[in-house]
Amino acid sequence: MTQEKVMNVVLAGLGGQGVVKASDILADVAFRAGLDVKKSEIHGMSQRGGSVATDVRYGTVVNSPMITRGEADCLVVVAPDQVEVNRGVLKPGGVLIEPAVLANAPGKLPAKSINVALLGALSTHLDLPVALWEDAIRANLAEKHHKLNLEAFAQGRAAAEGVSEGRIA
Amino acid sequence: MAKQLSERMLLSGDEAVALAALNAGVLLGTGYPGTPSTEILEAFGALGGKAQWAPNEKVALEVGLGAAFGGARALVTMKHVGVNVAADVLFTATYTGVSGGLVLVSADDPGMASSQNEQDNRNFARAAGTLMLEPADSQQAYDFTAAGFVLSEQFGLPVILRMTTRVCHSKSIVVQRPLPQPAAAPHFERKVSERVMIPAHARPAHRRLRDKLARAATYAEHCAQTIVELRGKALGIITSGISTMHARDAAPDASILQLGLSYPLPMQAIRDFVASVERCVVVEEGDPILVTELLAAGLKVEGKSERFRFGELNVDRVRRILAHDESEEAKVPAGKPPALCEGCSHRPVFETLAKLDCIVSGDIGCYTLGVLPPFSAMDTCVCMGASIGVGLGLRHVLPEAEARRVVSVIGDSTFMHSGLTGLAEMVYNVPPTGHLLLILDNGTTAMTGQQEHPGTGRSLLHDQAGKIDFEAVVRAMGITNVSTIDPMADAAGLEAAITAALARNELSVIVARRPCILAAPKIRQYEKAVAEKLMAGTACCAAVAE
Repeated sequence: MTQEKVMNVVLAGLGGQGVVKASDILADVAFRAGLDVKKSEIHGMSQRGGSVATDVRYGTVVNSPMITRGEADCLVVVAPDQVEVNRGVLKPGGVLIEPAVLANAPGKLPAKSINVALLGALSTHLDLPVALWEDAIRANLAEKHHKLNLEAFAQGRAAAEGVSEGRIA
Repeated sequence: MAKQLSERMLLSGDEAVALAALNAGVLLGTGYPGTPSTEILEAFGALGGKAQWAPNEKVALEVGLGAAFGGARALVTMKHVGVNVAADVLFTATYTGVSGGLVLVSADDPGMASSQNEQDNRNFARAAGTLMLEPADSQQAYDFTAAGFVLSEQFGLPVILRMTTRVCHSKSIVVQRPLPQPAAAPHFERKVSERVMIPAHARPAHRRLRDKLARAATYAEHCAQTIVELRGKALGIITSGISTMHARDAAPDASILQLGLSYPLPMQAIRDFVASVERCVVVEEGDPILVTELLAAGLKVEGKSERFRFGELNVDRVRRILAHDESEEAKVPAGKPPALCEGCSHRPVFETLAKLDCIVSGDIGCYTLGVLPPFSAMDTCVCMGASIGVGLGLRHVLPEAEARRVVSVIGDSTFMHSGLTGLAEMVYNVPPTGHLLLILDNGTTAMTGQQEHPGTGRSLLHDQAGKIDFEAVVRAMGITNVSTIDPMADAAGLEAAITAALARNELSVIVARRPCILAAPKIRQYEKAVAEKLMAGTACCAAVAE
């Protein structure tokens, strides 16, 4: 797979919400697609419940691991109260994905998999094969959590597709 | 990570260093936990390398130096401020030199994501006189680590691998490459005039060091780490480390000279590069070190304005440096600050200290968060172990009523790191009002991600190890008022004990002991595993006896 334009995705939330795990999964999907990928976040004090933001960049060649403010293609925010803090990273017309999008999910969503459900919504905006998303979810989570998270991913995907269809209509 | 050569892997810079060290045949990895370096030794241990935590960075570098004297390759890891602690070793290890390759990882934290300062450890290569390598991504972290062991042996010097937070914690693609030179088997070779630094030996040793550095500077001119990317002639950028990556994005048409071996400098290669472009800008994160040296050498280069000394660089800031854009940078909105966890055993301690209006001499760890509301119960925090010395200094000079309110607060891992010498000072030079030391023992190095230390009695990989008994040590050092309290179970008892200690003109130590709420389930598992191993051992011996 080649992709000249580098895709910039910021994932944000609070410590303990699985933001870093979600970014690991996204980076792994791009890696499995054969692309260059870089992922960057700040650990440390942020583990004590503070704000967490992580940058994932992928394409044919990626240089800086950091996304410049105002240049992110997509922003995924797991904590609703962290949307305003992070909105500035998006480029004009960039895609914001927040938990509200999951209200359109056809089924019930487990609270512990909101991060992966939001990845499902994100996946509808990225040109990465669904099979690789599923592989990456399996590879990055313990086996006992696979079923729940694959379901959450599918729900998030369905929710976002419902929304975008609604817009088109 | 047991992968074939040439297979792509997605690794953090820290993991890449660990993998390269393993492949280079490193016999011993040691260090002290510190963000962003901690994961290196954890990964090295998980890969099967012999990895251990030292009580502090000075001891770690001493142990690594001993291994390198013995002809083994050794890896020593620490955060930037840890090198201050290890500096006493470093500045003379460059005189003694090494037999086996010794790589010291200095993980700097520009922007202070999790540190008390943003010192630029490129200064240490110059001050101590040794080679410094600066990777820009995980692939270079792998390649430069491997090269570091070879260079260390080639020049007989410890080599500093300087990482920064963005290189340590960013993940990028790594392909393993075969190593140029395998490790030799360790053996002891007597080299008294090189290893025993009495003045008569040290004087020629200093001259040897300068000769080695001169040879290293010649080597740097054409080495694999001096990387020239020729593009346009209009703009050239001289850079090192992560700034290389920002520069490529900020100025895609510029030629770039990446100084992967950033000390000693390849001056001829730099001159040639400067001469090959119309305009040359030095893009460096942190202190203006490179630009100062190049200007002093008479080279026509530009630097950055003072404002870019502070914090990390990024693509936007490099664009501004290149464009001389001095307009105000957009303020990044403040996120939610970190806080002591719900159920954290430090909480009742700081509630009590606030209630008693203590003057709190604090230290480095999760408990530094006691400075924030709702506690606002910390008055000083400087460096590892400073709680005791600073508290004693305050006790010595303040009026009695104020002196009596001074309490030193230190965590368990920090106490092992550099609390014992502070305790010796406390016993030796007793302030007129006495003093109170609170050891907050949550059974782990919590802040850096729950690492073991000599007080936990478990090794880096959580197996059984020697254990230091805090109360016994404190008593043995001559303090008689020693008590142990679980601050969650008995907050009232803690308050009474602190109140009583502050009232008497004597030395007191209170150990507030309760496991970190995040670590407690894992600690129970480790303890169970150790017990099961012991049981299995006993059963095995019994079977043999029968």
